[in-house]
Formats: sequence, C-alpha cells, structure tokens
Amino acid sequence: MSPLLTVDSLTITTRAGLNLVDQVSFSLAPGEMLGLVGESGSGKTLTCRALLQLLPEGALQITGGRVDFDGRDLLRLSPREMRQLRGAGVGMIFQNPSTHINPLMTIGQQMAESLRLRGRLSRKEIRARSVSLLEQVGIPSPEQRLDSHAHEFSGGMRQRAMIAIALACSPRVLIADEPTTALDVTVQAQILKLLDGLRREHGLSIIMITHDLGVVAQTCDRVAVLYGGRICEIAATADLLKHPAHPYTRGLIACQPHANVNAQGPLTTIAGAPPTAEEMPAGCRFHPRCPDAQRRCQTRQPVVHDVAQESGHRVACHYPLQRLIHRELDHE
Amino acid sequence: MTALTSTQISMGQRVTAPLRRLSRDLSQRTTLKIGLAIVLGWVLVALLAPWISPYDPVYQDLTTRLAPMSWAHPMGTDNFGRDILSRVIYSARVDLQICLLGVIFPFIIGTVLGTFSGYIGGWCDAIVMRLIDIVLAFPFLVLMLAIITILGPGLSSFFIAMALVGWVSYARLVRARVLVLKQSDFVLAARSLGYSHSRIICKHLLPNVLTDAVVFSMSDVVLVLLNGAAISYLGLGVQPPVAEWGVMVTEGQGFITTAWWLTAFPGLAIVLLAVGFSFIADGLSENRGGTQ
Amino acid sequence: MHRYRFLLLRPLQLIPVLFGISAISFVLVRAIPGDPARVLLGTRSTPEALARIHAEYGLDQPLPMQYLLFLKHLFDGELGRSIIYKTDTLTLLLERLEPTAMFILGSVLLSVLLALPLATWAARSRGGVADHVIRLLTTAGLGLPPFWLGIMLIILLSITWRLFPVSGYGDSLGEKLYHLFIPCLTAALSLSAVLTRSLRSALIREMRADYFVAALARGQSERYIFWRHVMPNAIVPIINLLAVNVSWLIGGSVVIESVFGIPGLGQLLIKAIFSRDYMVVQGVVLFFALSTVLVNLLADILTVFIDPRIKL
Repeated sequence: MSPLLTVDSLTITTRAGLNLVDQVSFSLAPGEMLGLVGESGSGKTLTCRALLQLLPEGALQITGGRVDFDGRDLLRLSPREMRQLRGAGVGMIFQNPSTHINPLMTIGQQMAESLRLRGRLSRKEIRARSVSLLEQVGIPSPEQRLDSHAHEFSGGMRQRAMIAIALACSPRVLIADEPTTALDVTVQAQILKLLDGLRREHGLSIIMITHDLGVVAQTCDRVAVLYGGRICEIAATADLLKHPAHPYTRGLIACQPHANVNAQGPLTTIAGAPPTAEEMPAGCRFHPRCPDAQRRCQTRQPVVHDVAQESGHRVACHYPLQRLIHRELDHE
Repeated sequence: MTALTSTQISMGQRVTAPLRRLSRDLSQRTTLKIGLAIVLGWVLVALLAPWISPYDPVYQDLTTRLAPMSWAHPMGTDNFGRDILSRVIYSARVDLQICLLGVIFPFIIGTVLGTFSGYIGGWCDAIVMRLIDIVLAFPFLVLMLAIITILGPGLSSFFIAMALVGWVSYARLVRARVLVLKQSDFVLAARSLGYSHSRIICKHLLPNVLTDAVVFSMSDVVLVLLNGAAISYLGLGVQPPVAEWGVMVTEGQGFITTAWWLTAFPGLAIVLLAVGFSFIADGLSENRGGTQ
Repeated sequence: MHRYRFLLLRPLQLIPVLFGISAISFVLVRAIPGDPARVLLGTRSTPEALARIHAEYGLDQPLPMQYLLFLKHLFDGELGRSIIYKTDTLTLLLERLEPTAMFILGSVLLSVLLALPLATWAARSRGGVADHVIRLLTTAGLGLPPFWLGIMLIILLSITWRLFPVSGYGDSLGEKLYHLFIPCLTAALSLSAVLTRSLRSALIREMRADYFVAALARGQSERYIFWRHVMPNAIVPIINLLAVNVSWLIGGSVVIESVFGIPGLGQLLIKAIFSRDYMVVQGVVLFFALSTVLVNLLADILTVFIDPRIKL
C-alpha cells in the first residue's frame, strides 16, 4: 500500500543553529499505527508538531526535508491551507487532557465548533453527530455528558473526551502525544484499546508518541526509535522487539520492567543521560553511552540502512547487532 | 517528552525569544532605576526646599496676583501673589510625609496582625478575617472620610484613619504568605527541633514575609498619596495656608477659566511622584518574577 | 445542581459582614464626643427635642440595647432625620441616588470600552512597541489623581474647546448623559489603567494555555481562538477585579462629584460632613457599604455562572 504520510529528511533547527531534529524520515500507511519512541529530548514531539507547523514561532525553524501527505508537501502550505489541514488531515491528542480542553466550554461545544468549521450543519445534526462521537469513544450516557465540562470527568474519561473532540474534525491521521502517560495502568490499556479499535474500524492512521516500549508492543505495527533527534532504528514491532539491531534499542528493551521478570536480575539501565541540544556528541550521538562503541562511532555519523530489505527493518549503526548485516558491511 | 511543553507554543511565545527577553529584562531594570531617581529627586527637593525655592511659599505679593509663567515665576503665581513653584517645592515636604506615615502605620499593624492570624490560626485567625471582611465591605475612601468625620479634619486624623483602614491589605497578604510558609519544610523542621514560637516567627517567618510586604508597600504608597491629596482637596486633610499639592488644586479650582497654572502644576507634581513609586513597584515585582 | 446552591448560601455568609457594617455605622455616630442627642440635633437643640431623641434612640439604656434599637430602626428603614435638609435621611438618599448610580455605571462601561481593546492590543503584540507604550501609559494612569484629572479635562474640553459643560447635572436624560461624560471619562481613565494591566497579563497567561495549541491543532484560526477561548478564560478573574474597583469608584464618586458639582450621594456626604449632619453621614456610609457588598455578591454569582469549576 502506498503511504499516506511520508516524512523525508525532516530537520528542525534552533536559532543558535543546533539541529534538534536531524534528517528524520519515516512513513505511515493508511490504517497503520506507528510508534515514535525515545527519551525526553529525543525530538519525537517536535517532529510531530512540525507536521502541523505548531513549532514555537521564531525559536525553532524547519530547515530541511519534505512532508508528503496525500500528494502535497505540508511544509510548503500557505497558513490558510495549513489551517484547513490541521484537525481534518492530521489531528492531534495530548498527554494532559485537563489542560488541553478549554475548562469553560462543555465537551459538546468544543466538538460543535470543529463540526461547524467543516460544513453547514443544523443544531440537531451537530448534536446527533456529537453523541455518536462520544459513543464511539466509549463514554457512557453520551446525551448527558455532552453538556459536561472537562473537570466533571475522570482522568480516563477526559482522555476519551479529548479523543472525541479530535475526531470531530474527522482526521485521517491522528498524532497521539503520550496519550496514556498520565493515566493509571488499567485505564491506559482501555485507551490503547480504543485507539486500536478506531484504526481497525475507521481506517485511522495513528502516530503514537511514547517513551514506553510496553505501549508500543501492545498496539503499534511499526516503531521508529529516536535518539538525540535522529532515527536510530525503524522496524516492524515484533522484529524490533525480538531482534533489535541498534544497541540503544537493545538497551531500551532491557530497561522495560517486565523484560526482567524472567531474568531475575537487577533492573537494567542505560548508563549516562541523553545529550542536551547544546552538547550533541559528534559521530553517532549514542556513542558516549554505547557499550559497543568503537573509534569510528566517535567521528562518523552512521547512515540509516536496511537490515532486512523485505521487512523494512532499517538501522543507523556502524556495528549493528545483527550478524548478517555485519558481513554485508564488511564487503564495503 | 518534556523538552517542549505545549505551553511554550502560542502567540505569546514568538516574543520571549532570548534577544527580546534580554531587552525586556533591561527595560525592567530601567523602570526601577527611573522610579528610584524620581522619588530620590523629590526627597532631595523636600530636604533642600529652603535653599532651592525662589520665594517664601506663604509670602503674598498682591501686586503680582495670578501672574502667568515668567522667568521671575516659572510656574506663575496664585490669587494671593504667592509663587507657585516655591509652594510646589515646599509641598513635597508635606506630601512625602503623607507617603511615609500613611504607609508605615498600616504596614506595621497589618504585618503584625497578619503574622499572628496566620501563625496561630483558630479563633484569632477567624476574628482577624472577619474584621478584614468588614473593613473591605466599605469603600476605602468612604470609611476614611467617616473616621475623619469623628476625629475632625486635619493631617493627624488622616494618619489615624489611614492606619485603621489601610492595614487590611497588608494583613491579607502577610497572612496568606505565613499560611504557606507555616507548612514549609524549614518551619516544620524548626518546630520539630523544639524552637520557640517567637524564634520561629522572628527568625524564619518575618524575614520572608517582610520582603513581600515591602514590595507591596511600593504600590500601596501610590494609593496613599492619591488618597491623601484627595482628602486634602476635599478640605478634610492638610489645612491652608500650609502648602500641599491637593490643597493647592482646591485653591486654584476657582480660577480654572483664567489661570490654569494654579491647578496644573501641583497636580503634575502628584503625578510625577506617584509614577515614580509605580515604576519602583513595577520594577520590583518583575524582578521577583511577578506576572504583571 | 451543586453550583446553584451557591446562590442561597453566599448571601447567608454575608450576615456577619452586614452586622459588622451596621456596628461600625452605629459606633460612628456614638464615637463623636458629647451627648449623642446634642450631636444629632446640632446647636439649635431645645430641651423637648433632646428628650424626644433620648427616648427614640434609647440613649438612657446600655449600649448593646441602643445598638439593637438602632438595628430595629434600620429594618424599618428609619435612618433618622437630616438637621440641614429637615427631611428623612432615606428619602434624601433615594433622591440623590440617580446621579451617582449613572456616574458609576457610565464609568464602568467607559473603562471596559477602553480597557478591552487596549489589553487585547498589548497582549497580542506582546513585547512590541504598542505593548510598551500601553504599559507606560497605564503605569502613568495609576498615578493620576482623579480630582486633578477632572479639572484638567474641564480646562481642555469645556473651557478651551467648549465641547462639554463645566459642571452640574441636567434635567432630561440626554442632558444628564451630556453632563456626566467628562466625570465618567475622568474615572474611566484611572480605572481602565488598572483593568488594562490585569487583563493584559490574564490574556497572556491564557494564550500560553495548552487548550490554545489544542484548538490550533484542530484547525481553528488564532483570531477565533483568541475571542472564543482565551478571552472568556481571561475575563473570569477580571470580574472580581471590576467589583473591587466599583468599590473604589464609589469612593471616587465623593471626590469627582465635588469636582463637577454633581448632586449625588458623594456630594451629599461631603456637605453632611462639613455641616455635622451626622445622620446623613451615617446613612450615606451605610448605603455605600451595602452597595459594595451587593456588587461583590453579584460578581461572585456572575463568576460562578461563567466558570463551572468554581464551587462554594
């Protein structure tokens, strides 16, 4: 299937000339759920904000790359075209629904404002559509909840309400920015199930931003792992979890609490801290923390290349963990 | 991902970029400097009044009544032939006194009551809070006028009324701060170490609370000055023939059709001093991370 | 529903305050040295009149009883008689109410009309030239003595340009509004300085709120989000500020009515103070305090209706 959204070599630069996001590329097929995984500061949220041009004006700039959506380059849209695309083409939900929903307006009002923006509808039609949206996201007694305010919902219900508000724009791609981080584990699973259902039943494509590989394992078809503003590995979820090719990915997997249940050993961590924008290391940005780093890693930036062409497993590492690849590289 | 919280992305963001922020911080410090310069300037004028004023402020020269501005009388003369510039200069002594004493009594009363009310809590707090509610139920100026009615017109009545009414805002501010500080780690630690209450209040609470109260007093002093001048203007504060800016405006009001300088200059003096204090208040609250 | 219980409970909470107000008003007259009856009657007191006052106010009884009697009179709407105007104080108050009420309403309206665009402009051009100029002007505005500003406006608008009358109050509605324009402008210029500063910082705070980005991400225009989302959120705290400033305006009316010779409650108060017409002083003070309490109550109720989060 041809991809719906293609991000090609996206680069985001600060005023000081630091690349917070550096040559990031990935694509998203219709109905696919792609995970963007990384620590704080890895550039995953920035990348997604850039798709909608919601970067802080003046402070950050997109200095390179293309974003193809439905045959158009999103980085070259006029402000007006971008406004029409936001919500309808690419929608977004956030980590903290209680601050991202206007506290003074009812949930119904906030859905209605999106519905009205995209077509002349009567009051009745708007109400009917809103009720069905609330039903769709699994909010009980939607008729009454329509007139509730955000503060009257529980955390999980509030997240559902925010999803419903985003769905009111009928987006084709939904960016979910850490949608479950602030929730209890049980509620977390329900929200993930809801998102999964939305893409299966309505063909919604979802980009799931998270730092939690567990979330990815439950829901995503493919995963892109970001580190220091660069992609280090991108692969189908099962592939990545079973055969990580990048030492960083391996570290992330080892850090997952449940990964250690069988091992009985102490909880593993990756030594050191992720680099800040001001002190990005040369070469491979992960090399100061990488247990397998060689001299080449300190000076030369690894390019993203195929590990296994047929499955689309790609990695940016001079010494990937997959044997097969080692041999291939040695031919060079 | 917290590198960029969404709160940073907004229309407001486009200007808090480093360069602009730097220039804003500088301009803040300038407001503070300008404010200090203005107020210190007035203090100097008041102290040096006998040497810098060209005439005796109460000397009446009936040959030059209502004279417009000239080299001899830069601000003209009033209906008794008194030199307005000299009167404006001498007024600074009275008005600065209004500022100082009008702030200091409410400051002390409010800080003490607020500290005890917040620290002790219970019935003490309840009484102070009800008292505050009741005082706030009256319009500030009206309650002051009512108290001055009982005491009779005059500057000392003004100070008493100011003390009786003005303490409320200090008490509220200080009480709120004390309530927060009371729960802070260092006070809890001090209590667990068995320090006496008086030591905790004097060594730990007051120093923190006082800075807040001082910053607030800089904006309060503007209100005190305007109120003092207004009450004198109404004829219930400073009594003629003492020169005071509010009194001068009253005296000149009868001549607005012919001699505007009688009212214009004393009023400008009030504005200048008030703006000086406002600038200080602005600069201080910005430096302390205020939102205004 | 939960939030409407507020409507019933809030007035009940005010009862202690109302008692406090009445007690202060009571003490006000009693604190004047000398025989209260003599104080109330002024210099021309006859023995019969003195005896009548003594009986009416229970001056022979202990102070608490006198206070209760005072409260009873209050409930009956008896505020005593004016020794200058020779009429019932309540009638006098009601006669003088209209100019003051119109003045206050006009000032509030005008100051909101000034503050709204100024604050919006400053907030949207934050850090720009307009913002700095508005900030400077409002800082200066805080330091303007209303009585002096009023006189300057008279000199400029009434005497030099002859656009408005110098002082007084008309008979027809149009004439009244014409006479009230400069007084209202005077108060509004001072008041709008406060409002503009607070509204500006509230707007800037709300423009940084997360719901702003969320609405942008749904394809709303900045202009729409500003008016539909940011403005209502910023207005909520301003309502209470406005109420506090109405209390300031009531005090200001005393001064401004004196400047412009408006026959309202403020001028009545000043004249009563000078002529030692204590029952009138007491009446006006009491009336002003009650109005302040009422305005604050209205603001509380309004806030509850706008912001569903606020609970009692």
